[in-house]
This record gives sequence, C-alpha cells and structure tokens, in this order.
Amino acid sequence: MRLKFENFTLRAVGFLLAAFLVFPVLALFVASAPRELLLGLQHPLVWPALRLSLLTTTTTTLVVVFLGTPLAWSLAQSKRKGIQFIETLLQLPLVIPPSVAGIAMLLAFGNRGLLSALLHPAGNSLAFTTTAVIMAQVFVSAPLFIQSASSAFRRIDAKLVVVAQTFGALPWSVFFRVALPLALPGLAAGAAVSWSRALGEFGATLMFAGNLEGKTQTLPLAIYTAFTSDIRAAQAISIILVLVAFALLLLMRVFMKKAERKFDGMP
Amino acid sequence: MKKQGGLHIDISAQIGPLLVEVAFGIGNETLVLAGPNGAGKTTLLLLILGALECKKAHIQMGETLVADTALKIHVPTEDRNIGYVPQDYALFPHLSVRENVAFALRCRSSQKKSLEMEAALQNFGLSALADKKPHMLSGGEKQRVALARALSLKPHALLLDEPLSALDIRSRKSTREFLLGTLKNLSVPSIVVTHDALEARLLGQRIAVMESGKITQMGTWEELAKNPQSTFVEELVGANKNLREG
Repeated sequence: MRLKFENFTLRAVGFLLAAFLVFPVLALFVASAPRELLLGLQHPLVWPALRLSLLTTTTTTLVVVFLGTPLAWSLAQSKRKGIQFIETLLQLPLVIPPSVAGIAMLLAFGNRGLLSALLHPAGNSLAFTTTAVIMAQVFVSAPLFIQSASSAFRRIDAKLVVVAQTFGALPWSVFFRVALPLALPGLAAGAAVSWSRALGEFGATLMFAGNLEGKTQTLPLAIYTAFTSDIRAAQAISIILVLVAFALLLLMRVFMKKAERKFDGMP
Repeated sequence: MKKQGGLHIDISAQIGPLLVEVAFGIGNETLVLAGPNGAGKTTLLLLILGALECKKAHIQMGETLVADTALKIHVPTEDRNIGYVPQDYALFPHLSVRENVAFALRCRSSQKKSLEMEAALQNFGLSALADKKPHMLSGGEKQRVALARALSLKPHALLLDEPLSALDIRSRKSTREFLLGTLKNLSVPSIVVTHDALEARLLGQRIAVMESGKITQMGTWEELAKNPQSTFVEELVGANKNLREG
C-alpha cells in the first residue's frame, strides 16, 4: 500500500511539470478552429519564411557538422590544461542573451565591425543578408553540436584508439575508421538538436540580419511580424515550427536507438 | 626459426600518483607480469607502447631503439609494431571479425593482404565467424580474434593484458591452452599481465612481480616459490600450491 502511495506521489509531482510543458504546445493546436488555421497559412508571410528557414537551417547544420566534428574530436582528444577554459568559451553562445549575441555579431562582422575591412572591402556589408542569417544561426546552434559530439567522442573507449595506433593507423585513419562510426549516434543527435535551435533562432538574427521578407525573415521573425497584424497567421506559423521541431527530435531519437542497437548488439 | 630480438626496457614515469620505475630485459620468451591491482602493470604496457609519456625512457626492441629520452628518440605508437591485446580485447564493435583483422593489415600497405587475412582467420579457427560482429562472439572467440588481429602484422613484440580475466571458468581452460600454444609458437618477446597464479605458472617462462610501480622480484616460477621476497609473491606461489593440492 505504502509502496503504491509513494510511487503515485512521485509520478504526480513529475506530472505537474510534464503538464506545464505540454499544455502551451497543445494550446497552439486547439485554441483556434482548423479552418481559421488554414486561413492563417495563406498569409503572404508564411511560405517565403518557411522556404528561407528550411534553406538557412539546412545550410547552417551542414556547416556546423562539417566544421564542428573535427573541432569536437580535437577537444575530446586534448589533454592540455587549458582545455576546460576553451570549452567554456565555446559554450558561451548558449547562455548569453540573444540580443548580446546580435550585438557581438555586428561588432565582429558588421559594417563597422572588427573584420569589416577583410570581409567587405568594397563596402558591401554582410549584415542584413541571408548569409548573416546563417552566421547568426551557426553562432547560436554550433555549441549544442560541439557539446554533443565531443561527449560522444569522449565515450569511445580510449583503448580502441591505442589499439588502432598499434596497427599503424595514423590520425586520419583513427578519426574516419574508428572515432567517426562509433560516435555517429551522438553526432546525429547533436545535429538534430543544433538544427532545432537554428530553426528557432530569433534574437541574434533580428539584430544582425534584420527582418526583411524573403531575404532574412525566417519563421520565428515571421511570427513576430504577423503577431501584430494577424494572430491566426502567427499561430499557423508557430504550428509549422512545432511540427518541424518535433519531427526532428523524433528522428534523432529513432536514429540514436538504431545506432545504439547496432553497436550494443541488442536484438 | 628464432629471430634475433629481445626487448630491453628502462623506464621512469609519473602517471598520476603512481611512480613507475622499471628496468629489465627479455629475450624471445614469454614473461608474465604479475602483481596486485594498481601496481602499474597496465600502465607499464601503455608506456612500452608509447601511449603514455615517460619522464625517462630507454626501450630497445631487437636492434631498433624505439625510445630514448637522452637521445630524444621517440618512435610513435603507430611505428613501433608491437602487438597489443587489452584486457577486454578492444575489438572494433562496428566491424566484423574479418574487418577487424583487415583493419590491422590495411593500415600497413601490404600487397598480399587478402591472402594474409584469410590465413590469419584460418590459423585462429575464425573462418566460420568471419562475418560476425564482436557482440555475437563468446569471450574465447573474442580473444582469438584479438590475437589474430594483433599477430597479423607479425609484431616485433606482443603485450597481453589479462588475456583470460574476461572469460568464464568453462572457456578459460580451453582458451588458456590455445593461448599457451600460440605463445610457444611465437618467437618474439611477449609480456602477459595476470594476477592469477595458475596462469602465471603455465604461461610464463619467467615471472616479474610488480608492486607499487616497481619490479620487486623476477625469476622462474621455481625461483619465486623457493625464495618469495614479498607477501604478494608468498600468496601467489601459495595460491598455486593450494590449487594443485586441491
């Protein structure tokens, strides 16, 4: 009896938080009639923003994975004393406010930024372009990938690397033939989380890339714009974002399970 | 045919709280490295492989000097050609048995690699298991794969870290006999780490006892039994005596 009561109490306390997390998402779907939502989807902001979001987040994820994987491997392999400091520095974009990220991006890569002479000698600014959207997304989403990928690389049994080296495997061979296949679940998970973060990016994009329809207006910015004029459109775009993010997270979980089974030999 | 070889080690290294200071030489024979947990046995193997940094090192393998801190010589692990089988065999879990053995052969450009690989699989009775992944193998089979893989490159020395400890009692005896046969046919210096008395007596032509990072006694089983110089050696030879009497 007591066992049941205690189990019930634990679940009930947990359920409170679960309900708090799910309820607002549910409200997005049920607060308006389906007909209203369909009308919202026809708002002229919706499809250009969706197209731009898919284009920029796909590019962002490719850049993050391509550059982030070797970085995460180097971090995981390093035994230097200052590595903790460097990792903390690389995680900073996760915790700094989006507006701070936006200002930092402007001061580094903007018209009058530190790298302005190098990046746009002819005076063409990177700011307020689609490239700026991708840069802002990379800035805020890459730390999530690096974190997940370096943890995945650290989970690889160090003996496998030593054994590979005893066979004469050079660093590239160890990386491509041992580390990469074994860390694949972690890399895929990191890529999916990073993609979701890029999809939801708002603050840094607004400040660094602006809110130009068809050029820099991604889905979150379209919600912000539509919110003041057509709440149905804002709601419809929000639903699209939630569905895409949910599909990404689900895909990540399915992929991770498959990969884990592959390596653990579970039936 | 006996190769001219041998392994001569003079190492000093501070690894965490443990100071490892050892100097010994072995010919083309099997030396068992016995000692209590935490004595530095695995660490010593990693130092010989070059996977850990030494404060002072002089390692001569046959006629090749692979490490000498005074002469600033440090041949990297990749070029030492030392076969290594860690405690849990460290088979690549994403590769089949054949691919595990091929991994070793592919790293060094070998023209006859497919022939060599099939020969390695056959010699170790692995042909029927060639397409299986490591998680589908028994402990004894994994050990055979690890040995086949380590020996496929014809290493100049062989290091085995507790090769039988991951096995259940049933497969331990047969695998030990297989290992004994393999080691007898090898003509390279081999170091086998164990803290099991029976394995130490059967596998090693000589036994080196390592305690707190130092070699405290070295000799044949009979020499150790006759004149044990520490409590660990007394227990080691005593345990074996009991095993035989029991």
